[in-house]
Formats: sequence, structure tokens, C-alpha cells
Amino acid sequence: MWRTARLVAAKDLGIEWRSRQVTNQVLPFAGLTLVLFAFALDRDEITARVAPGLFWLATTFSLIVLVQRTFAVETADGALDTLRVAGVDPAGIYLGKALALAAQLVVLEALLLVGVIVFYASHIRPAGIVLVIVTAFLATSGLAFVGTLYGGLAAGAKGRETLLPLLLLPVVAPVLIGATRAFEAAFGTRGGEGIRAGVEISDGWPWVGMLAIFAAVFGAAGVLAFGPLLEEA
Amino acid sequence: MSPVEPVPAPSTTVAIAAPVVALRHVVAVLGRFPALAGASLEVQAGEVLLLKGPNGAGKTTLLRLCAGLVPLVRGEAEVLGHDLRTDRAAIRQHVGLLGHQNGLYADLSVRENVRFWGRTAGASDGEINAALTQLGLDGRLATVPAGRLSAGQRRRTALACLIARRARLWLLDEPHAGLDADGRDLLDDVIRRAVGAGATVLVASHELERAKALATRIVTVAGGLVHNESPDDAGADRGGRV
Repeated sequence: MWRTARLVAAKDLGIEWRSRQVTNQVLPFAGLTLVLFAFALDRDEITARVAPGLFWLATTFSLIVLVQRTFAVETADGALDTLRVAGVDPAGIYLGKALALAAQLVVLEALLLVGVIVFYASHIRPAGIVLVIVTAFLATSGLAFVGTLYGGLAAGAKGRETLLPLLLLPVVAPVLIGATRAFEAAFGTRGGEGIRAGVEISDGWPWVGMLAIFAAVFGAAGVLAFGPLLEEA
Repeated sequence: MSPVEPVPAPSTTVAIAAPVVALRHVVAVLGRFPALAGASLEVQAGEVLLLKGPNGAGKTTLLRLCAGLVPLVRGEAEVLGHDLRTDRAAIRQHVGLLGHQNGLYADLSVRENVRFWGRTAGASDGEINAALTQLGLDGRLATVPAGRLSAGQRRRTALACLIARRARLWLLDEPHAGLDADGRDLLDDVIRRAVGAGATVLVASHELERAKALATRIVTVAGGLVHNESPDDAGADRGGRV
């Protein structure tokens, strides 16, 4: 399973390296989302307060584009059929695709974080850096697992371009909420009362626990369910 | 004493190899249309079986059924000794399908495509390079992304992937399509070599003259059923199985 996962992840990252999809399309898309939110909100104190939520919203929108791309390359010339016929371990395919997706999301998030700090005048409290890293790791894992699972579900469906966001967005809502709350604790912002220096870093850790459970549940579900999903695709 | 030594009687227990493909009254549906409607077929190891028939007759469905891509609705089917209904995973490790699409990644080079598909079957670097060489894809072409290849070059790359996967049962759907004369000769040579190495090949083709020269047996697929050809139609002049 792990050998297959490494093969598939290397293949997907190789395709990304050649096509530069993240660099040329997803990054500008995510950056534009941040800029448009800044224009729409138009007040520094508001954008600084909602920066964590906007960061994860831009990440979630970008996830949809990335998932569609990662399965489009499998269906474009019948590679998905060949993968099925080749008897490649579906759990390995699932983990490999999730790993490659997570790697792309990490790059995207690192650049988005810089964008949030620059455009939204946000800052991370030094004591919150560990919280940001752990939150980003777990939220990215959860997004990659659930994105790969639902991408596989929609891969063979008619109208999959519109079906995928409909399926995916409600399911990733817990990640969006949990990661936003954890980032708020790390950034020192919260709710409707403006910037509150009094928000404790420790307020973020329970949300991290929820993100860990989410990632574990969807990781396990994907390993078990991806084979039957591929058969139906 | 007779100059002729008595020949010992042959053993009465002759080992008969199980057929590579054994379909009995199989039914497969596409949507609500019965693409195979009670088809039966047996293919022995080392055969090159040509499936001929009009468009929509069920040739592609038959090949995809053998690859485990189309569910078996009714009947019995064994491929490589495994039940197609319950043991598809065991079958798939040894089956190679070249369908209407090539299964290539457009952004990866020829070598990267062949390496990926070869690696999924545990092929070594030597086997991967040999597959590239056999299809004339070594050298400059090996570094060209599959998306920039001509249709014939993509077909040759897909064949190299099939060779690298070391399949025991080759399922080829219109394999000559898109190939030029040299490419077709190369394909025929690849098929003969694969059979020489112990593979069994099912070919669906409309290019009957070329495919007949390759086949050891011909069947006609029509109306979702398989009809045997007369022995004169294939292989007789080469001593092939009929």
C-alpha cells in the first residue's frame, strides 16, 4: 500500500511540476479571492478580525480546483480505467493522491499566509506559531483526505465539475470552522468585538483536537471506501 | 525381433491446462442495454484470438468484462483461473487492457509514463528500458511529454506500458488504430513476442487482413453472442489452433 502511495504521489507531483497548475492558476485564484474579500470588506479592522476565516475560505475554494485537476488527469485519457485494470491497491492510490494534494495545499497555504499578513495587516502572536503549524498540518490532512475521497466519488459522474463543490463544501465545514477558530486564537482575534489581545492561545487547542479527529476519520474512511468508489467511477 | 521398438502406451492421465478465459452464458449490460446476451467463449493459453464483428456487437464489452471493468450480471466467467465475479483483484494483476484510450498522462514524458505503469507491476529499470527500446521509444522521444505525441506515438507508448506491466492476458481493442505501416508491423511483432513469452491475446479489430495474419483463431461477436468461425478462416496455414 505504501509503495503504491509513494508511486502515485510522485506521479501526481510530477504532473503538477510539469503543468504548473498550482503556480499558474490555483495560486492566482486564491490570491484574487483574498484581494476581493479585502476590497469587499474595505476596513482594516474588519479584515484583520476576519483574516483567519478568509484564509481558510480561500484554501477551501482552492481545494476544489485542485481536486478537480487531480482527477481530471486520471479521466482525460482513460488512466483511471488502466489503474483499475492494473490491480493497483486502491488504498495506496487514495493515500498517494491525498499526499500529493496535501503537499500542494501546504505550498498554497504558506503563500496565502504571507498574503493575509500583507493584505489584511494580520500578525501571528509568537506563542501562537506552534498552534498555527499544528492547525495547518491537521486541517490540510483533513482537507486532502476528504477532497480525495469526494473527488473519487465524483470522478465518474456526469456534471462532476458542479457536483464536486456541492458534495465537498458541506463536508469540509467542520475543518473551516475548527481551523478558523484555532487560527483566531493564534492571531489573537475573535468574533464581533474587534481585535482582542485577551484571547488565549489555549482556546485554539480544543479545535485542533477536533481537526485531528476529522482527519483520522476521513483518512480511515478513504482507505476503506476508495476501492469500491473506484469500481463505481 | 522386429526392427521397430514398441512404443510405450501414453499415460492415460493427461494434464489439461485450464483455459485462460472461460465464459459461459455471460450477460453484461451497459445501462439497460444487454451488450452481452448469453455469450460463451473459451480461450486457451498462448492463443491469439481475433474478435470480429460490426460496431456495437459487444466486442469492447467482452474485453472489458474480461478485465473486470464491466460487471457480470448473469452466467459464469473465469479468467486466469479466478472467478470474475468474486476475485477480480487477483485477475487484474495479470491483465493488460489497451482500449480506445491509451491511459497516458499528458504532462508526463514517455519514459515517465512507462516507468509509472511498469512500477505498478513491480517492473525493474531494465524491463522498463527494454519495453521502451522494443517500441522504438528510447532516445529523444523518451523525454517528450505524452500530450505532444502523435496518435501513433501515443499508441506505441501505451503498448510499451503494457509490455512493462508483464501482463499474462492481453486485451487489445483496435490496437492498430492510429498506427502507420511501420507501427503496425511493430505491433504485430510485439504481439508475437508476447505470445512467445507465454501471454494470451484477445484482439478486437476491424482491420481483418492484418489481424487474421496474426490470429490463431477467429470468433465473430454479433448481437451480444460469440460465434465460432470455421477452421479455414484462421491459423490453418500456420498450424495454429482453430
